Amino acid sequence: MRWLTNLATSSIGAKVLMALTGVVLVAFVVGHMIGNLQVFAGREVLNHYAELLQSNRGVLWAIRLFLLGSFATHVFMSSRLTLQNQAARPVPYVNQVPIKSTFTSRNMWVTGFVVLAFLTFHLLHFTVRVTHPEYQQLVEHVGPETRPDVYTMVVMGFREPVVAITYVVAMLLLGLHLSHAISSAFQTMGLNTSKYRPITEKVGPVTAVIVVIGNVTMPLAILAGKVPLPPGAF
Amino acid sequence: MKLDAKVPSGPIAQSWDSHRFEMKLVNPANKRKFSVIVVGSGLAGASASASMAELGYEVDCFCFSDSPRRAHSIAAQGGINAAKTYPNDGDSVWRLFYDTVKGGDFRSREANVYRLAQVSNHIIDQCVAQGVPFAREYGGLLANRSFGGAQVSRTFYARGQTGQQLLLGAYSALCRQIGVGKVKMHPRAEMLDLVVVNGQARGIIVRNLVSGRLERYAANAVVLATGGYSNVFYLSTNAKACNVTAAYRAYKRGAGFANPCYTQIHPTCIPQSGDYQSKLTLMSESLRNDGRVWVPKNQADCGKAPGSIAENDRDYYLERKYPSFGNLAPRDISSRSAKEVCDEGRGIGPSGYGVYLDFSEAIGRLGQNVIQERYGNLFEMYERITGDDPYQTPMRIYPAPHYTMGGLWVDYNLMSTIEGLHVIGEANFSDHGANRLGASALMQGLADGYFVLPYTIGHYFASQKQTPVTIENAAFDNVEKETTERIRKLLSIGGNRTPDSFHRELGRIMWNQCGMARNEKGLRAALQQIPALREEFWKNLRVPGCGEDFNIALEHAGRVADFLEFAEVMCHDALERNESCGGHFREEYQTDDGEALRNDDEYCYSSVWEYQGVGNTPALHKESLTFDNVKLAVRSYK
Amino acid sequence: MKLTLRIWRQHHRTAKGEMVDYHLDDVSEHMSFLEMLDVLNEKLLAEGKDAIAFDHDCREGICGACSLVINGKPHGGFPNTTTCQVHMRHFNDGDVVTVEPWRANAFPVLKDLVVDRTAFDRVMHSGGFVSVNTGGTPDANAIPIAKNEADIAMDAAACIGCGACVAACKNASAMLFVSAKIGQFRHLPQGKVEQLDRAKRLVAQMDAEGFGACTNTYDCEGACPKSISATFIAEMNRDFLKGNLCEP
Repeated sequence: MRWLTNLATSSIGAKVLMALTGVVLVAFVVGHMIGNLQVFAGREVLNHYAELLQSNRGVLWAIRLFLLGSFATHVFMSSRLTLQNQAARPVPYVNQVPIKSTFTSRNMWVTGFVVLAFLTFHLLHFTVRVTHPEYQQLVEHVGPETRPDVYTMVVMGFREPVVAITYVVAMLLLGLHLSHAISSAFQTMGLNTSKYRPITEKVGPVTAVIVVIGNVTMPLAILAGKVPLPPGAF
Repeated sequence: MKLDAKVPSGPIAQSWDSHRFEMKLVNPANKRKFSVIVVGSGLAGASASASMAELGYEVDCFCFSDSPRRAHSIAAQGGINAAKTYPNDGDSVWRLFYDTVKGGDFRSREANVYRLAQVSNHIIDQCVAQGVPFAREYGGLLANRSFGGAQVSRTFYARGQTGQQLLLGAYSALCRQIGVGKVKMHPRAEMLDLVVVNGQARGIIVRNLVSGRLERYAANAVVLATGGYSNVFYLSTNAKACNVTAAYRAYKRGAGFANPCYTQIHPTCIPQSGDYQSKLTLMSESLRNDGRVWVPKNQADCGKAPGSIAENDRDYYLERKYPSFGNLAPRDISSRSAKEVCDEGRGIGPSGYGVYLDFSEAIGRLGQNVIQERYGNLFEMYERITGDDPYQTPMRIYPAPHYTMGGLWVDYNLMSTIEGLHVIGEANFSDHGANRLGASALMQGLADGYFVLPYTIGHYFASQKQTPVTIENAAFDNVEKETTERIRKLLSIGGNRTPDSFHRELGRIMWNQCGMARNEKGLRAALQQIPALREEFWKNLRVPGCGEDFNIALEHAGRVADFLEFAEVMCHDALERNESCGGHFREEYQTDDGEALRNDDEYCYSSVWEYQGVGNTPALHKESLTFDNVKLAVRSYK
Repeated sequence: MKLTLRIWRQHHRTAKGEMVDYHLDDVSEHMSFLEMLDVLNEKLLAEGKDAIAFDHDCREGICGACSLVINGKPHGGFPNTTTCQVHMRHFNDGDVVTVEPWRANAFPVLKDLVVDRTAFDRVMHSGGFVSVNTGGTPDANAIPIAKNEADIAMDAAACIGCGACVAACKNASAMLFVSAKIGQFRHLPQGKVEQLDRAKRLVAQMDAEGFGACTNTYDCEGACPKSISATFIAEMNRDFLKGNLCEP
């Protein structure tokens, strides 16, 4: 088992763990976006989708724990590497000019931290709903049954300009993070070659643009009043 | 001083094999009881250290750079010769031997050269096995090229970085032995003196260049692999730190110095651009394969743009004088011809010391793409340094000191006149005679280090009984005291001039009087000027700071001090040799058409100089050279 | 031209360093950068002051001794150029030029602009070689090597070990250097035998030396005077993973 500790404690091992967990998180982000885009299909579709997700508590929690574990590993390894990286240059340059690096690639820790903060807010906002306890009350009547009215919650949420702008800004930062992260994962996992590099280099930015566009159209469209509230909601 | 070359008797083709059989061996279990100090970590030093450590000897290796990988062997561009005959073009061990003896203008020891040619093939095998990425053909086999005027393609190369790749190969072997603890590496350590105990080399005094402290090391044998002394000219293609100190200190302790006047001036270097110039940059000789060398026929055209000078008004002097070799004439001949035309006032460039190396014909014939493929990196380098684009305008080149064939005298076993002191690579004198052929320096460094010294040093250990010597020995006390005193003196002069200013001035004297062409008057003048400059050095030098410190001015001052003594030995040697041969051209001795005039009746020997005190004429000893296998002949490249 | 040089001075390893301004009035555009520093040093020595220590040797861009972060970039940031090949024609009259040493925990400053790069050597000691002894090797042409593979090996082997990659990296990571070493051998049949083990050993030593980790910013690649490609890093990662996961 020595190989395992060697691997996990090495710098490359740590980065590979970040890449692997990163892949999981990217998959989640993309899936999450596709699911949520159903808000444009109307209340019925989105609420049905939400109900489906909630239908099997066991599977839901397994996925949640897996995501949480990936996220925690990602954060833990990044913190460890960031500290190691800072210790690797105890005396900073008086004058240092970047050559090939970009603002994004140099500031992954910063964008990552902002995304972490946003995610916390997002969970409190829409999942645990402590910021707006009134969201707990939102239900949709389907025949005799009721189900949580996620649609209304989202539309109401994003009609608050501060919230909508916060989400937009956060998504832009997430986009920056992903634009470097996804291409970077190919390199870290050793999947990059000079032949495919022109492609892997673009996969990150392209995915990031898609994620950003997909995710910001929701708050922006809602803020602009393009997504109607169902009659009778507050 | 007794010179016994210990050349094996019998036919030359068998001499190394029979010698290897006759040499005594050290029992494998006993090898670890013998320690060796190797000074220098270039091709020769690194390969010797690694090979001896693999055999089981305990090795201490020293270099003044921060890493053994920086030794100046790294700068060799062109390639390495071997008699592999892969191209099926009539090469053989005998031909490589013949060419090297002839190229050396019949001033080398036949047996050594033959051995060099013999082991050359093993070197290529060894390097490939180490992972040296030699150039290859599409079929996957090694590529060869003709180099430096050879009539066969026997040169192996790795882009323009053959030296770096071979050195990294030797360095990797060295690293492996450092990793297993068989070699202890001492970087940033400069040997300042040799310790001789009971007539045997048993240790060295080293200055740690970081702390400035002197350190003592004892061993059963000492190997010098400290390179050449071209920096005596100040401006040369050698790295800035290359110096003669280790070899010269050994000379002062009794090692004979052979043929110091044999210096190679490389024809294709970028000319000096100003007084601040710190060194000269070599452009690979391979450029002469496609470039044509010319100057204007008329002095009046020298200031004009080269493109505006009509074809008829250009003098392609190498093609004119040496129709069969043309632009590929050997180094000494090409260099001297450049000097001649510049001395006639037909040199080009701001200083008037330059000739054109023109690719326009080749670009027209082969297309710019082909030229770019062949020489792209060299053209880039030229443009980086001069700001001129050689695709558009001819390169300007001029000869510069490059390699020194002279060095400490060694016998067939590579041992100097001090018992136990072995000398390998450029630091010894053994294989190149009066002129070295292109792509032969790498070959010799690695031959000595991989395939000769590891055998002969065992013979030395097995042949005699040594008394144990530790660094507590009185001899170490004495030598260290002398070294300390010398450093104290350098620091305490308190004059007005920097070490560099003395070095430059010495370089000018040597370049003018003992450079590409020498004459009695100039050499006698130099023998007046050098002692005077040395005297001023010891009166008017200024080295700030202290000895036990990282002190770059002090490092340089010590090296210049030794150059100032050594330069005199060089001039004595050049003055004594009343003939022209190879890199030694005495203006008094030339044929009617200006070719070198050798005098085999009187000078068919290696001059070995023995130290007689600072400022005194050293004593001359002669090792006569016999040529049983290659007939003495006039070296003609017409 | 006139220049103001803002140079890092530090007397010894543990001393506190600082940027000190020097003025040079008569800098020729034909000088190399190091010749310009030579001129400054001659001036300092003539004044009885301590010369500025900097590493240099061949001054042809191949030995890898020269270093210097010039105006914020290793080797000055000119393409395929080491400090010793930078010429003053790239600077303008009146410029303020900052000169700093490589800065990395694994490269402690010994004096002024001179740093200790033996960490690179120790990485090499740990496995940067093909384990062959002298002698007894097969004929050089016994194993054909495809030209394109040999060329890739040569691309990696062009590394001069200067450390610009470490100096440029915001994390002072040595991944480009180490991967170039691994890259050279992994593309040659002679080096394949120890390929995975070599990657494990070199990476372990690299980590032990205190270099930072790679965040794939590729400043190393941009700073490399020999244009070593960062795809060698990907290859090294692959070998390292394979060595750890797939080897018995």
